Amino acid sequence: MGMTATQKIMAHKSGRSSVKAGELTECSVDLVFANDITAPVAIDEFYKMNVGDVFDKDKIALIPDHFTPNKDIAAAALTKKVREFAKKHQITHYYEIGRVGVEHALLPELGLIKPGDAVIGADSHTCTHGALNAFATGIGSTDMAAGMATGKCWFKIPEAIKVIIKGEKKKYVCGKDAILWLIGRLGVDGARYQSIEFTGDIAQFTMDDRFTIANMVIEAGAKNGIFPVDSATRAYLAERGIKNYTEYVGDDDAIYSRVIEMDLSNISPTVAFPHLPENAKSIEEVEKMKIKIDQVVIGSCTNGRIEDMRMAAKILNGRKVSEYLRCIVIPATQNVWMQCVTEGLMQVFVDAGAAVSTPTCGPCLGGHMGILAEGEKCVSTTNRNFIGRMGHIRSEIYLASPAIAAASAITGVICSPDAL
Amino acid sequence: MKSRGFVHKYGNHVDTDVIIPARVLNNPDPKNLAAHCMEDIDKDFVKKVKSGDIIVAGVNFGCGSSREHAPIAILASGISCVIAENFARIFYRNAVNIGLPALECASAARDIVAGDELEIDYSNGEILNLTTGKSYIATPFPAFMQEIINAGGLVGKIRAMKEKTNK
Repeated sequence: MGMTATQKIMAHKSGRSSVKAGELTECSVDLVFANDITAPVAIDEFYKMNVGDVFDKDKIALIPDHFTPNKDIAAAALTKKVREFAKKHQITHYYEIGRVGVEHALLPELGLIKPGDAVIGADSHTCTHGALNAFATGIGSTDMAAGMATGKCWFKIPEAIKVIIKGEKKKYVCGKDAILWLIGRLGVDGARYQSIEFTGDIAQFTMDDRFTIANMVIEAGAKNGIFPVDSATRAYLAERGIKNYTEYVGDDDAIYSRVIEMDLSNISPTVAFPHLPENAKSIEEVEKMKIKIDQVVIGSCTNGRIEDMRMAAKILNGRKVSEYLRCIVIPATQNVWMQCVTEGLMQVFVDAGAAVSTPTCGPCLGGHMGILAEGEKCVSTTNRNFIGRMGHIRSEIYLASPAIAAASAITGVICSPDAL
Repeated sequence: MKSRGFVHKYGNHVDTDVIIPARVLNNPDPKNLAAHCMEDIDKDFVKKVKSGDIIVAGVNFGCGSSREHAPIAILASGISCVIAENFARIFYRNAVNIGLPALECASAARDIVAGDELEIDYSNGEILNLTTGKSYIATPFPAFMQEIINAGGLVGKIRAMKEKTNK
């Protein structure tokens, strides 16, 4: 019986020739990482395990990106703890403020992820790295501690949903619209415990689009999302000096629990309404509702990469952010930030009246850098619109692409760039 | 092992942001987390909850963020067990890893109402509703996970493994 791409990677990492859905297995991992919220808890658990040193100082990444630059004294204590652990154990991939970026944008950019890798991160959006044909999944702090101690993690072998991409993309449709459409179709638990394997015409999506798509499979409950390798993937890896790797595809006779055709010719720019990412509506439907907004956030591990910045700048260029509206732009890494400078995007953002922040997860999780008051509404390119996620429990988050977010920042009402 | 307590009932897709909001994660002390547990969907929870009480919810309990602070907050608030139709994957792992019993039982999750008194027998997964007299059997844990539970969580299991290899 055939295996899915994910099952093949998991079999390989367990030292087995084959695995079946539902089996429990222990995989070696190629990278274990955590951030400033999850690492401190993992560090405490690591010491309780009484194993001495970490399994491999080169295969651990500690990325203080959530409440950084430290939002308050308590947050400073958390990053201090992570920094001290990194020093003590000589962790190779520790990134200090000024070099750090949002973890799921930073790790691939640094060339720390390659096809066939098994990656665990103490952050639910670890699934992002499936865009590079890796098996990558989110875990908690104790699993992170066990991973740092042993280099291993236990898993249930997942079933998979196959998504076949076809049809031609409509104007302004990007990876964000595709994944919001898919979550709308599956529901927030439609892929619970399963892999989502993307196939078909993946070439229509750039690498940045694929990161966005894989990033949000967790919002359908998935364990991981995975793309096959094509010329765009190989070019991305080659730019980072990564040459030797095995590419994984699902077998023709692999069993999929469900097959979904994603016909892009039928997908419009999409907005997910409060308070679940599954509440997807087409922009045509949304525009009729004339929803007035107070804030726009463009950034995050979902949409803080250079193409997201370029799209936002293209829409904002020569225009002004609506009066009384805050538009906050957050390039996800220092590299993306610098590219915004060299490409002149920074000028566009500032001229338009947007605030540009240093890389941080900040407002996405209601940490800092753009918290919402009672009754406020925000269009955000982030990934979750749960109750209270970005601030007051009676504030509202509408998830959308950078194009929709930028256009909405100009009019003050949720709209397509075509409405400008 | 058994536990006994009163039910706090919630719906579907209770996410980890409402179990414990990120604004309080700057202080991961379990006491601090317990003081804010569930406050965004049930501000009276921390006032009402008593040691041994049980959370009963619908599908996909614990969806969203991987924050282990969510099961830590629940455990530290005094809750002895969470029963749901089913759990989001990361929350389920985290609960098992830190020793918070998470039982899947669709019929119990649907029938049981807020304020019912339950007794849970972990040796056989029996959920007895003392208020109505009805009993349910939760889905058993796979043997591998039972080992983690028996070791008091993943830390205990790894310590034991390490001590064995050192001998």
